[in-house]
Amino acid sequence: MKKLAEIAHSRAGDKGNILILSLIPFDSNDFDLLVEKVSADLVKNHLKNQVKGTVTRYVLPDLKVMQFTCTDALAGGVTTSLALDAHGKSLSYALLELEI
Amino acid sequence: MKEKIRIGCGAGFSGDRIEPALILTEKGDLDYLILECLAERTIALAQKRKLQNPDLGYDVLLEKRISGLLPLLLKNKTRLITNMGAANPIAGAKKIIELAKEQGLKVKVAAVFGDDVFSFLSGDEYSLENDIPIYSYGKLVSANAYLGVEAILPALATDVDIIITGRVADPSLFLAPMIYEFGWEVDDFEKMGKGTVLGHLLECAGQITGGYFADPISKPIPDMHILGHPFVDVFKDGHGVISKVEGTGGAITPQTTKEQLLYEVLDPFHYFTPDVIADFSSVKIEEISKNQIQIKGGGGNSKPETYKVSVGYEAGFRGTGEISYAGAHAVERGELAAEIMRLRLKDKIQNLKIDLIGMNSLHPSEFSKESQPYEVRLRVTGMCDSLSLAQEIGEEVEALYTNGPAGGGGARKYVEQVVGVISTLLERDQVKPGIQLFSA
Repeated sequence: MKKLAEIAHSRAGDKGNILILSLIPFDSNDFDLLVEKVSADLVKNHLKNQVKGTVTRYVLPDLKVMQFTCTDALAGGVTTSLALDAHGKSLSYALLELEI
Repeated sequence: MKEKIRIGCGAGFSGDRIEPALILTEKGDLDYLILECLAERTIALAQKRKLQNPDLGYDVLLEKRISGLLPLLLKNKTRLITNMGAANPIAGAKKIIELAKEQGLKVKVAAVFGDDVFSFLSGDEYSLENDIPIYSYGKLVSANAYLGVEAILPALATDVDIIITGRVADPSLFLAPMIYEFGWEVDDFEKMGKGTVLGHLLECAGQITGGYFADPISKPIPDMHILGHPFVDVFKDGHGVISKVEGTGGAITPQTTKEQLLYEVLDPFHYFTPDVIADFSSVKIEEISKNQIQIKGGGGNSKPETYKVSVGYEAGFRGTGEISYAGAHAVERGELAAEIMRLRLKDKIQNLKIDLIGMNSLHPSEFSKESQPYEVRLRVTGMCDSLSLAQEIGEEVEALYTNGPAGGGGARKYVEQVVGVISTLLERDQVKPGIQLFSA
């Protein structure tokens, strides 16, 4: 088992109450492993106490990157959230805690 | 028509640093400088300032940014396109004229208006977020449509030095000069898509040069303290090369570019702007030399039939209090303080959030179960209908000094009036942008 942080990096973005997390391998050779192991269901389960809605996974084989679009994930969204990190900018590192 | 233009991005959000834009304009050999300074709720807050004073409502940092840039822009014949007009682009344009006169400079400015659609809304429109009428959220304070390139192009066709807009889709600020200089057709969606990719990559300024990227262990970036902002050489066929000024800090690499390409993108196969539904999946990123990234590919084949509108509403008052604990049993004392706050406030404030900074304020609790920080900070925050109730939250936290666990220190309290933002759609023919010209 290893944490995603050892083989990949991520950036978090927000649109309203939707959280967007990219997942990008440091070494392109690890892309297939990420595609195989890191499913939308696995991410949803990992972030279940953050993401109340659904997780959709996008795979971009030419760029060798993946993206997870998570709905109902930011306590209402940046303008009215009570969270310290209302944008969810730190949540990229929550994704990278996932072990595969 | 030109074969190549250079566009720099000197600000990626309303609070961005000032100095990188000065360096870009002085040394970047730019044809265009873009300053992107509007976030979702910035314009709603600006609308409130305009209501109090009709001469205000433009970006609060406009004077600070423009004063230093003006002589450099004029000396180097770099045109500026910025959304610093916020809720009042015409007042913003007049302010720029005033600043130019103070410095004895001659400048021509175009204000782009028409994004303010507040008077066209009935309140019965449905929100995209929750599919309920927008009036049901609370008192509405602003409504601004995301305009596209067609609002900016008439201003580019004049001889103005500066174009100041209100709400315009961020990539459109970059795409408009490409269309103008290369003679692209706005229904050439392949080109619109390519230009939108380049605009999207640049629009957050330092986020492609190592900002919001650097990690000293896994992603080290050099000289972060003098992080440079990016520019792109755009070619007539729609490909581009992204770089930054020699001697500035940061780095532009395939990794920084990939992170920014997907940033805030809901669906990389269908990225919606007023100009195009762009496809980012076919973008090709190639490092042609150090800090020089070539972007090819990307495209699109249609544009949305409606404009997206951001609607601001009064959402109440947010009150917050914080206090810290350190040393032996810090987490346990913080947890005790949290429980005391919950019991003292729960009957008055339903929408309450209590965190221990150091343990669970950023990520869900389970992520820190094996962590034992030396110090923690209790944070109590809640949304209230009245200012006085919101103030009680901080007052109760402060009172933990003498009515709470041992060793509580550094209490702080604050209250803010909250403007919430939701979205709705408007038909294209309901939005009519225009320009007004000013000169000094």
